[in-house]
Amino acid sequence: MGFDLEQVRPEEHEELKRNVLVTSLEQLKGWARSHSMWPLTFGLACCAIEMMGTGGAHYDLDRFGVFFRPSPRQADVMIVAGTVTKKMAPLLRRLYEQMPEPKWVIAMGSCATAGGPYVRSYSVVKGVDQIVPVDVYIPGCPPNPAALIYGINKLQEKIRYEAKTGKQVTNR
Amino acid sequence: MIRTEELLLNVGPQHPSTHGVLRIVVKLDGEVITEATPVIGYLHRGTEKLAESLNYTQIIPYTDRMDYVSAMTNNYVLVHAVEKMMGIEVPERAEFLRLIVMELQRVASHLVWWGTYLLDLGALSPFLFAFKEREMIIDLFNELCGARLTYNYMRVGGVKWDAPPGWIDKVRDFVPYMEKQLKEYERLVSGNEIFLARVKGIGKYDAETAIAYGLSGANLRCTGVKWDLRKNEPYSLYDRFEFDVPVGTNGDCYDRYMIRFEEMRQSLRILKQAVEQFPSSGETMGKVPRAIRPPAGETYVRIESPRGEIGCHIVSKGKAEPYRLKFRRPSFMNLQILPKLLVGETMTNLIAILGGVDIVLGEVDC
Amino acid sequence: MSEENKREAGRQEETAAAEQQSPPAAEQTEPAAAEQREPANTQEVSGTEPAGAGAEHPNQPQPDTMPEHPDASASDKPAEPAEPAAPAAANADAPSAPAGEAAGAGAVDPEREAKIKAAQEARAKRLAAKAAAGGEAAPGDAEPAEPKPPSPKQPWLDEAVELLKSEVHPEAVEEAVINELAGDMPTITVKAEHWRAAAELLKSHEKLGCNYLRNVTGVDYEAHMEVVYFVINLETKREYAIKIRTDREQPSVPSAVPVWPSADWPEREIYDLLGVDFPGHPDLRRIMMPDDWVGHPLRKDYVPLDPEV
Repeated sequence: MGFDLEQVRPEEHEELKRNVLVTSLEQLKGWARSHSMWPLTFGLACCAIEMMGTGGAHYDLDRFGVFFRPSPRQADVMIVAGTVTKKMAPLLRRLYEQMPEPKWVIAMGSCATAGGPYVRSYSVVKGVDQIVPVDVYIPGCPPNPAALIYGINKLQEKIRYEAKTGKQVTNR
Repeated sequence: MIRTEELLLNVGPQHPSTHGVLRIVVKLDGEVITEATPVIGYLHRGTEKLAESLNYTQIIPYTDRMDYVSAMTNNYVLVHAVEKMMGIEVPERAEFLRLIVMELQRVASHLVWWGTYLLDLGALSPFLFAFKEREMIIDLFNELCGARLTYNYMRVGGVKWDAPPGWIDKVRDFVPYMEKQLKEYERLVSGNEIFLARVKGIGKYDAETAIAYGLSGANLRCTGVKWDLRKNEPYSLYDRFEFDVPVGTNGDCYDRYMIRFEEMRQSLRILKQAVEQFPSSGETMGKVPRAIRPPAGETYVRIESPRGEIGCHIVSKGKAEPYRLKFRRPSFMNLQILPKLLVGETMTNLIAILGGVDIVLGEVDC
Repeated sequence: MSEENKREAGRQEETAAAEQQSPPAAEQTEPAAAEQREPANTQEVSGTEPAGAGAEHPNQPQPDTMPEHPDASASDKPAEPAEPAAPAAANADAPSAPAGEAAGAGAVDPEREAKIKAAQEARAKRLAAKAAAGGEAAPGDAEPAEPKPPSPKQPWLDEAVELLKSEVHPEAVEEAVINELAGDMPTITVKAEHWRAAAELLKSHEKLGCNYLRNVTGVDYEAHMEVVYFVINLETKREYAIKIRTDREQPSVPSAVPVWPSADWPEREIYDLLGVDFPGHPDLRRIMMPDDWVGHPLRKDYVPLDPEV
């Protein structure tokens, strides 16, 4: 079955452009992963309520392919929403390690990013990136659901970029 | 030969039930719990220690984040305590605004509770309905004070922002809409056989136990004790409005459910009256000195938050920062009854009971 | 009287700036506040008062200049109509002020005037009531002209102290006051060694019957530690705040858990964050901090071991 690419008529060329996609396997994987991210339900504090609101009907997350999984074994992204205390930190690490590769972390809210309003407290970890590697930081206290969606979109872009170029955006 | 062993299970800090980071260590004999120990502190952020180095206006945002589902009542308890100590008079319009936002917050908080409780019990749709209504309330708050969840709205002596023109009309239109929705939700859930089987008769306790364990809010009223701080120790303008306090009889989860549902209706009733009586003009801030320095001494002030009695104990040495600021958090006190209540229950009932207590971990850990 | 002047001047210094910015808000100033604006304003402003006021007009910085301009004040300061409005002094002659003021301040918009008038009337009423109730309600009432009436909760306090002294131990009560800042809450300081018996008494005695423990707070005063229990009787609404003092090196307060089970977790929290020991507590261990935490964070001299995390 020969298909001579040199002898394609213009109409066929148009059809082909619309119906045939050429890509690499990595990009395909990246596309699939980014459009079906399943976060772990990891709401710690106030940002959790905004995360729940984002999952609600008004700002739907399901249209992005995102729905929450309770078990870390079935999740690929961990949205750390809320303040991480020193008591909670080892458990957070353990949950992160229980997630299978590939996995990503979104630090939602200023407490997870850098300690937030509790930065001078004796019991708060000043930023979850001291414990797990973070891919996207979403500032806000709490961030608007639209901001969370923007952050998730950014993570999707990052996944596709890393798949396309093979470069790592962060050090793992 | 069949041999059974006791199983030690961790209902861990990360669990799909959306209450937050609560850990319950249960000893199970089959499906029946023989011992349950809640472990808290996974969200202890040291608010009380931080408060000792901030002045009172700077502490108000921290109160929002304690009970993040009902932030307005937390704001109020702190500013009310300082105003009481200093004898500051709050203008009427400001007090009305405070009352309106507190009652709207009560409806919003009970909606979150309702949605998540039913989600725990297995019903997936009410969660979406609840959050749909809550978005409307949050839009009202957004218009009023610019924030969706942590409002930082009240100040010592009044409120920060006046209601924008047309806001009161929006609240007025919201009330009948919400009443209609509540009727619909009641039809949706309250007659459901599965739901009734899961909450009727579960988690019963009597009035003596409730009082001995210092429960408050719907957890106390479900046993028949008629104790609501809005009526028994009135604060703000609650003595101007007519509303009922729903009281249960059996002390089980179903009673708590019905009480909170009814409380939403009563809040709407208060809102209706408040919007009628709202003064058309007035100040939003009372006469407050530039540096807020309560006189040396202490005070203890308590109000009725959607979860129960929230109290604020301030020890002041006359400086701009409190010497010691302690919050009596209702979820913290309400959770103490859990070990006693869970003995002999099955694991499924644990989820139903925990949801019925209505805790918010930000408040438990402060 | 002149001492009151100076005290007023000092106190109102800080409010003066705020007042300038919001004249309508000044209507809610207590009458004393108005007296001592910057002397420049005050002398003219209060000029309206003596026109109708009686003898009760102390606290003028320059009484000589007072009678000079009764009306000029109002027209001089159209921007601050609240100033003349404010010193509605401690007598019922305030209505004369609006008359004088309205005549002169015609330049001001009527809405503000109406507001001011309403506020003045309200204040006049309030002051009249105060005058009737408290004798000479002189504006600079820093020292009460007469002793304040005893609080309605005083009998509760006395009864509790009586019972504690008679049933528990004559030395049990260290101190008993009415805490006005807390809405007249009867506050009793009990000695630590008698606390357990005192708690039983508070709960079970039929006159007291405080079966609901609301709150337990621990406070670290640098010289000693204090634990405060707030109890209430839900039927009679009789409430008490009981303080127990203990020393700072080895703080120890008998636990109230056998009496009120709701003291369980609050006492654990106080143990965790402040280091107060509660002998008699069924399960005293850390509740907020991880189990292997070193130190008691809420103490005033706490130094965190790992500040950089």
